Amino acid sequence: MNLSRIPISAWIGIILTSAFAFVAVFAQVIAPYGEGQIVGGLWEPMSAKYWLGTDNLGRDLLSRMIFGAQTTLFIAAAATALSFCTGSVLGFTAAVIGGWIDQALSRFVDLLMSIPTLIFALVILAVLPANTLTLILVMGLLDSTRVYRLSRAVAVDINVMDFVEAAKLRGEGHRWVIFREILPNALSPLVAELGLRFIFMVLFLSALSFLGLGVQPPEADWGGIVKENKEGIVFGIPAALIPAGTIAALAISVNLVADWILNRTTDLKGGRGG
Amino acid sequence: MADKDKGLLLDIRNLRMEATAYPPDGPPHDIVIVDDVSLTLKRGKVLGLIGESGAGKSTIGLSSMGYGRGGVRITGGEVILNGRDILKGGSRQLRKLRGKEVCYVAQSAAAAFNPAHRLMDQVIEAALVHGVASREEARKRAVVLFEKLGLPDPGGIGERYPHQVSGGQLQRAMTAMALCPEPDLIVFDEPTTALDVTTQIDVLAAIKEAIRETGVAALYITHDLAVVAQVSDDIMVLRNGQTVEVGETAQIIHEPREDYTRALVSVRSIEHKEKKPAPKPLLSVDGVTAAYGGRGGVAVLKNVSLQLSPGQTLAVVGESGSGKSTLARVITGLLPPYEGEVHFAGRQLAPALAQRSRDDLRELQMIYQMADVAMNPRQTVRNIIGRPLEFYFGMRGAEKERRLAELLDEIEMGEGFADRYPAELSGGQKQRVCIARALAAKPQLIICDEVTSALDPLVADGILKLLLNLQKIENVAYLFITHDLATVRAIADSIAVMYQGEVVRYGTKSEVLSPPFDDYTDLLLSSVPEMEIGWLEKAIASRRMESAGN
Repeated sequence: MNLSRIPISAWIGIILTSAFAFVAVFAQVIAPYGEGQIVGGLWEPMSAKYWLGTDNLGRDLLSRMIFGAQTTLFIAAAATALSFCTGSVLGFTAAVIGGWIDQALSRFVDLLMSIPTLIFALVILAVLPANTLTLILVMGLLDSTRVYRLSRAVAVDINVMDFVEAAKLRGEGHRWVIFREILPNALSPLVAELGLRFIFMVLFLSALSFLGLGVQPPEADWGGIVKENKEGIVFGIPAALIPAGTIAALAISVNLVADWILNRTTDLKGGRGG
Repeated sequence: MADKDKGLLLDIRNLRMEATAYPPDGPPHDIVIVDDVSLTLKRGKVLGLIGESGAGKSTIGLSSMGYGRGGVRITGGEVILNGRDILKGGSRQLRKLRGKEVCYVAQSAAAAFNPAHRLMDQVIEAALVHGVASREEARKRAVVLFEKLGLPDPGGIGERYPHQVSGGQLQRAMTAMALCPEPDLIVFDEPTTALDVTTQIDVLAAIKEAIRETGVAALYITHDLAVVAQVSDDIMVLRNGQTVEVGETAQIIHEPREDYTRALVSVRSIEHKEKKPAPKPLLSVDGVTAAYGGRGGVAVLKNVSLQLSPGQTLAVVGESGSGKSTLARVITGLLPPYEGEVHFAGRQLAPALAQRSRDDLRELQMIYQMADVAMNPRQTVRNIIGRPLEFYFGMRGAEKERRLAELLDEIEMGEGFADRYPAELSGGQKQRVCIARALAAKPQLIICDEVTSALDPLVADGILKLLLNLQKIENVAYLFITHDLATVRAIADSIAVMYQGEVVRYGTKSEVLSPPFDDYTDLLLSSVPEMEIGWLEKAIASRRMESAGN
């Protein structure tokens, strides 16, 4: 791969995304104060001591943001990984085996998709104990329906190609066909989709936290920080806008990377002509 | 333009066309597609452009409209049409010229017509846009053209939509579309390549007749020398974007000067001695009837019975839709028949793929028409050929490498190819790798489904020679599915002619190819273009006589 051929927009995306990832991984090292540590008065303005000011309980907002990045990105990444593993394996299986397995899986997925995801998640989370594992499972499994649809569609296209038929004529089992013949050729659209789904996860998690069913205080996460500080907006205090803006920045930078990957490799013949 | 009737129409001088290549590893760079090509065309004459894929023939054809397809740029030379250099004018001038002075007939008429509009509206569109004729005049002219081109119901066919007429009719309608604005020049880009051989002859005759009657000049692009010999006055042979040879049709056919042209003319001159059928057949298909969509579906194969002796070649011939590929699907088990049986090496094969033993699968291999989709683009040649070795024989490590090298040697490719991906191979090399993959299983029978149809004549020739050679060494039998009778003559020991799902003629090669013929075989045989000037007229005349006799 030639570095000079990466467009400027993709560079911006790559740099910002890796910066977010770096902050999330090393939160404990970078954050100037503890996650729940009360260090000053309510909603103190930005200063040399508190770069982003303090929040509604007098905690350092920058530290909350940094710990929030860790929580948010970790849960979103784990849920995305779960949704991709389940969704793509089931989607490929449905496409390759076909018949009643395909019908059963597809209709079940249709059923799940017919219920608005947020409402469905709210109902489930209200019943189940609120912890990180439940959150990841609920978010991951609900979102895997989208991944299932995409991977089934891609796999159906690949499944009718002669090289897959050749493998079947050779007597290869479903496992080989799915993982050796179809998966490598379906990777490009799936990788691009991965970026988009990750961002939807961040938004989904933030929405849940904002509604009080996501990450529970005192643990910090971006949606939660918006919720805690939303009253401040009336008094002209920007504490709620900072996490909101950060969510937007992350969404855009990940999308820039995803767009570039999607552009580079879209078809089965291994990238655009030439 | 006083000399409008006799003079020079098109004069291309030192044409150079370039495109930018974007290799995956390395910076983009310009490549030359057409290099210093000059040609002249007089009014009312037909020049045939011939060459294999990548020779630049379509690119040159389109340059006469000042057009470069897919990012190809004209970077040098002059294209003088009707006395002025069309490359000097802007896009406005080109727009005036295209569809009025020069028209284009594409290879796939089905893709070139808009499926949402009636034929008539599309045929007269160019004439209306350029103000050549009023709507009424244009419609009248179109009807006359439909008649000249031999379309049924010339008055009413224009009201149909593209999907309501056959492929051959659509190709003729497209010729009518090109002729309607009364252009000076028509560029025919492989107009009959996508058609069945029995349809091709009619379309070819219609095109020739229309050219003669309207006096339009034409550039006729094709890879088939026998076809171009029927329609053109002069022929230009191209290779890698350069002119190999230009001359009158008779000279090119009978006294080619260059080695490359000689090779093109003498292609398919493989001599193959027919073998007698063995007493015990290797493959025997007995009374097979099959349909898509189960018993209630439309029967694609009707009571088909065939036999193939060990180490011999059975050619299955027929036009598209005759059921020949379905026969292959039945034999391989992809489509279980609902009547009849398939016996192989003395045992009955299970109807469905899933019930067959691994040995059944191993001994029956398949090679596909499109080699580039028959190989996983994400696997190297080593993995593609190596997998059957692992899968059937459990070979690993050095043993596998040794066998791999042997196979690569058998298909006349070096070990250096082992680490390449399919995208890094040429069309002929891809097909060779597919052959090696089939051979790796040490099969007794290989089904070859149109394996040479997508290849250039010279490359196809090499593949056929390789297959014949391998048959001698490995004693493998071929079931060779093709629509090309020249290929059949070259390699078959016995032949089955299929028509609408039935075997209409079956026997050894000499039996099938000698009279008396049944009607369909006769039609098929007489439709194959021969490398002989005036063949088309003779074939059409004999066909008329026959139908008059009936």
